[in-house]
Amino acid sequence: MKASEPEELRAGAGYGRRADLKYALHLLRRNPIVLAGVTISVASVLLALLSPLIVNPTSWNQQPLNLRLCWNNPLINWQIANVFNCGGSVAVYPLGTDSYGRSLLQMIILAIPVDLEVAFEVVASAVVLGVFFGGLAGYKGGIVDEVILRVTDVFLAIPGILLAIVLIVVLGRSLPTLTIAVLITWWPYYVRLMRSQVLSEKEKPYVERLRAMGAGGIRILYGHIVQNSIYPVLVQATLDIGSVILTVSALTFIGLTPSPLLPELGNLANQGIQYIFTAPWLILFPGLTILIISLGFNLLGDGIRDVFDPRLRR
Amino acid sequence: MSAVVDNNGYLLTTENLFKWFPSRRGILSRTVAYVKAVDGVSIGIRRGETFGLVGESGCGKTTLGRTLMRLTEPSKGSVTFEGTVISALKGSRLKPFRRKMQVVFQDPYASLDPRQSIGSALLEPMKIHRIASSKREAKKMAGELVEKVGLNPDHLARFPHEFSGGQRQRIAIAIALAVKPTFIVLDEPTSALDVSVQAQILGLLRSLQRELGLTYMFISHNLAVIRQMCDRTAVMYLGRIVEFADTKKLFENPKHPYTKALLSSVPVPDPSKRRELGVLQGNVPSPIAIPSGCRFRTRCPYATEKCLNLPPPLVEVERGHFIECHYDIDFAAASKVEVQPRAT
Repeated sequence: MKASEPEELRAGAGYGRRADLKYALHLLRRNPIVLAGVTISVASVLLALLSPLIVNPTSWNQQPLNLRLCWNNPLINWQIANVFNCGGSVAVYPLGTDSYGRSLLQMIILAIPVDLEVAFEVVASAVVLGVFFGGLAGYKGGIVDEVILRVTDVFLAIPGILLAIVLIVVLGRSLPTLTIAVLITWWPYYVRLMRSQVLSEKEKPYVERLRAMGAGGIRILYGHIVQNSIYPVLVQATLDIGSVILTVSALTFIGLTPSPLLPELGNLANQGIQYIFTAPWLILFPGLTILIISLGFNLLGDGIRDVFDPRLRR
Repeated sequence: MSAVVDNNGYLLTTENLFKWFPSRRGILSRTVAYVKAVDGVSIGIRRGETFGLVGESGCGKTTLGRTLMRLTEPSKGSVTFEGTVISALKGSRLKPFRRKMQVVFQDPYASLDPRQSIGSALLEPMKIHRIASSKREAKKMAGELVEKVGLNPDHLARFPHEFSGGQRQRIAIAIALAVKPTFIVLDEPTSALDVSVQAQILGLLRSLQRELGLTYMFISHNLAVIRQMCDRTAVMYLGRIVEFADTKKLFENPKHPYTKALLSSVPVPDPSKRRELGVLQGNVPSPIAIPSGCRFRTRCPYATEKCLNLPPPLVEVERGHFIECHYDIDFAAASKVEVQPRAT
């Protein structure tokens, strides 16, 4: 423990919501990496929410072919022969244009909400399924536990990418299909995580007291045990936002995309791979965006874990 | 111990109650042995009394309490509460009895949900058993309850971590009282508290008993507390009641060598008084492999051949004073007379 640390912030010096919040703010101030995570995640969510106001949401359908693969930002000189200048305002094409002649920056801004939406849908559904089934498995035990665990084993045995390909063939190319494909391989982890949390929580005396009081299983499990054991699940969910974005863009990158025109980060990068030597910005910037956003959520998740896991409090 | 149980004036009786936990091994979960936590207990708890249960750690006190409360299923035998056999009831048929029987646990830190305010913890049992007709009434009752256990109604909005151990135990008592029970199992309610707080909690429990006509089962390993609190006391050893009598009689004139040893293990603040019986030899045998014959024989200074082979009968050595021993031992003279079991 550093000497500079204020007395009241020392781990164990106090607990409760106010102390937690105080400690959280303290951690943020002290740890620039967590602060970066918070900033990136909040900024990307804000950008996603505001993106229809910043960029005309239908602009991805316009294909000004005369502006294909042009670059007019004087800040970067790509040192590539025949880089075609878009002409006009740098503000419209600061990151150049893509192979359809659309502003790459605008496409990235439109792609962020698409990726984030899929990520939030996958993670939120996985959390709900995980809390429900994992809670049930952990609390009930016995045959219920056994059945739920074996079902998750089946899902865990399916290779994710292969499943996504099959689903897209069967259900057709669409974002919901992609969401479902990712979710199917994702939710079993949450079931296991929640189950293990509930297993340890349900042995605490207050659960016994509630049973003696006559409280039913549903009230005890979802009213008390889940509330006390959900933090690790929420931390995992935050960490997984970044991972889901990575997975989804990997799937679209290999071509499992609803439409080649769809502004989606993996999809944008996929277009770029064909022009990697003539228009490197096309793969660079969507790739960087994926990196930064998933890194941001990972750092945020780490930060949340630091705050709420007393074992990691230094 | 069926002689003790006659269904007159008894709130709760148990008949030959067993709780064996299977010990499983291997991938096929074969049951290789049983942990015999409760091994044939028959007791009767009278309405309005404080029934003491004392014994060493691991002797099955808590398991017996939990089995009475139907927190675990008995392996064999029955529990009768107010004339109804509750050991066979399930689900909604058991719920009315859950209201009449409550429990207060040893650990005041872990027995409250850390994320539930005291107020909502008090309202919850009322909600479960539909005790109050309106939310307003429930809140009023919650306020009265915290006052009854010596806390301030302002405390209702607070969370468990804001209280001391003694205050939390008061809260646990208030929650137990919220459903207006007739019977409360107090499972070492003061052993996690320091001595001055212990005295306060014991005083509170006694005044609540007088005021509300409660019946207690008081589980403890602390002999001083048992002596102070209980009307009648049962001594438990390895899953069985080995001696049972009025508390006063039990402490003044113990008849079972185990009880005698327990009592003489309490330090006497007078160095000139010599110990009559040394500290108990050896460890408590494992409840998986209970000794043959008398289960206390491995540590009993008076054990004979008979104790090795024959489980001792239950005998009433004096009126209302029962022991499970082959001998009536005069500890002062260190002499023993073989007892004759009475036909029951």
